Amino acid sequence: MNWYGIAAIFRFEMARFFRSIIQSIVSPVLSTSLYFVVFGAAIGSRIPEIEGVSYGAFIVPGLIMLTVLQQSIQNAGFGIYFPRFIGTIFEVLSAPLSSFEIVLGYVGAAAVKSLMIGLIILATSFFFVDITIQHPFWMITFLMMTAISFALLGFILGVWAKNFEQLNLVPLLIVTPLVFLGGSFYSVSMLPPFWQSVSMFNPVLYLVSGFRWSFFGMADVPITASLIAIMGFMVACLAIVWWIFRTGYRLKV
Amino acid sequence: MPAIVEVEELDKTYEGDFKALSSVSLEIEEGEILALLGPNGAGKTTLISTICGISIPTSGRISVSGHDVVTDWRAARRLIGLVPQEINLEPFEFVGNTVRFSRGLFGKAPDEAFIDQILTDLSLIDKKGSRIAQLSGGMKRRVLIAKALAHEPRVLFLDEPTAGVDVELRRDMWALVERLRSEGVTIILTTHYIEEAEAIADRIGIIRSGEILLVEEKNKLIKRLGRKTLTVELKEPLTQLPDALSDYDLQLSEGGNALIYAYDAGAERTGITRLLSSLQSAGLVLADLQTNESSLEDIFVDLVQEDAQ
Ligand SMILES: Nc1ncnc2c1ncn2[C@@H]1O[C@H](COP(=O)(O)OP(=O)(O)OP(=O)(O)O)[C@@H](O)[C@H]1O
Ligand SMILES: [Mg+2]
Repeated sequence: MNWYGIAAIFRFEMARFFRSIIQSIVSPVLSTSLYFVVFGAAIGSRIPEIEGVSYGAFIVPGLIMLTVLQQSIQNAGFGIYFPRFIGTIFEVLSAPLSSFEIVLGYVGAAAVKSLMIGLIILATSFFFVDITIQHPFWMITFLMMTAISFALLGFILGVWAKNFEQLNLVPLLIVTPLVFLGGSFYSVSMLPPFWQSVSMFNPVLYLVSGFRWSFFGMADVPITASLIAIMGFMVACLAIVWWIFRTGYRLKV
Repeated sequence: MPAIVEVEELDKTYEGDFKALSSVSLEIEEGEILALLGPNGAGKTTLISTICGISIPTSGRISVSGHDVVTDWRAARRLIGLVPQEINLEPFEFVGNTVRFSRGLFGKAPDEAFIDQILTDLSLIDKKGSRIAQLSGGMKRRVLIAKALAHEPRVLFLDEPTAGVDVELRRDMWALVERLRSEGVTIILTTHYIEEAEAIADRIGIIRSGEILLVEEKNKLIKRLGRKTLTVELKEPLTQLPDALSDYDLQLSEGGNALIYAYDAGAERTGITRLLSSLQSAGLVLADLQTNESSLEDIFVDLVQEDAQ
């Protein structure tokens, strides 16, 4: 293993995070606080408790997931897209680094960044609502697996994108709707039966459900289904990344 | 001298069926400076990119110090440094950081003293804390060189290192190349300045339309270009060379009204005096004399065009 090489990429990616530390931390904290004010306090006061959990607390796992997903995709996508865009990628491709090591550097940094932001949001939410985490181990596990697998997705996106528009469009047009329709702010049991069945095809539902279970012990789908879904998603992303490096798709000519 | 880079029957076809390299074979000797010359689009950058692992070879084999670049890529790449033709640098990054990054990428432990040394050698040390975006074009090119040297490569590829570089800096670069060579680094450079190849290369390779036309020692090539010709125009045309002149390397022009004598301008004796007196003894009357010299540039242009026809 070329550890110095992995560390160089990792450090470089983290430096960008800390260079814009204000933006990196203030913006998620601010938007989360807004969600709490609007959904938790204003609207939530008119929504009854869901299975014994106040609405304000109920949305916390969904909010964290929403941000972690977006941040993972965005960080990893930008991380690999930008060097492609300005041409500095040649250096990484000509270095004695295996594809696994390159991915470890970029995806690892992106996942760590979004994990940090997820934890900051969790900390913020303690100011607004009372939360006890019933299964802290699973909470962290879900969070890490989500951060890693969506950073992998972001990496794929960053390799695939031919311009900044494509890079931003996919998260906007595909990922955000999936998150909103994945039960982040409601329990699918609140939906009419038809939409409940449709929701079962939304992969994000399994993540949010499993994550929420780790907080409150309640879930829309069985916890094993959530675990299988996230593992399956991660394996699929890894397979695509492996294929990218095998063929040199959009990285090498 | 053993070959440090071996390229065998390399083909490279880009997407869309464009053949950029066709059966290129090349041996680069350890410790030499090889200059690759060729017109725009000849395939110089493609050849370098393929050796460095940025381009995937379509067929053929490349090895660096015995390590195949496809199967034993890690060992091969550790030995290689690349200064690309395009100035590709992260604009917001600091000079020191980007050089450190390159060293790490190639798996070397941090060595701040070494990095300072490189930056000093390239007159960049006072820019260590500057952002890339604040540097001039020539400084950026030197940053690229610093990055390529950061992991102490044994083989250095310089793709048009002196394009857009002022005269003084060009001389500095030549001096640097010379010093690296004295440390045993093998250097392959591409250039469009033929004087540059003449000034620093040991061997010269000429590439055109994806094919290597020749690879030859510079001195031999210079000898070839150092050959001048003396054209002796005669009052009366000849049908054949007189026997008295058979000792000389003479050619009779078409029509027989001129004799062409090729000689080595660098040699101690050109043989011109002797030739002229022999001409006189043979009873030939001279109308005019004229000498021609072909430069490396002429040879290069001839080769490149000759093949195009
Ligand atoms: N990524 C690519 N896809 C398709 N064709 C390419 C690609 N890169 C280069 N080519 C083509 O391959 C040929 C060789 O290009 P290359 O860059 O190797 O030339 P070069 O000898 O370095 O030229 P120059 O002196 O202009 O730098 C050119 O015809 C070029 O158009
Ligand atoms: Mg080129």
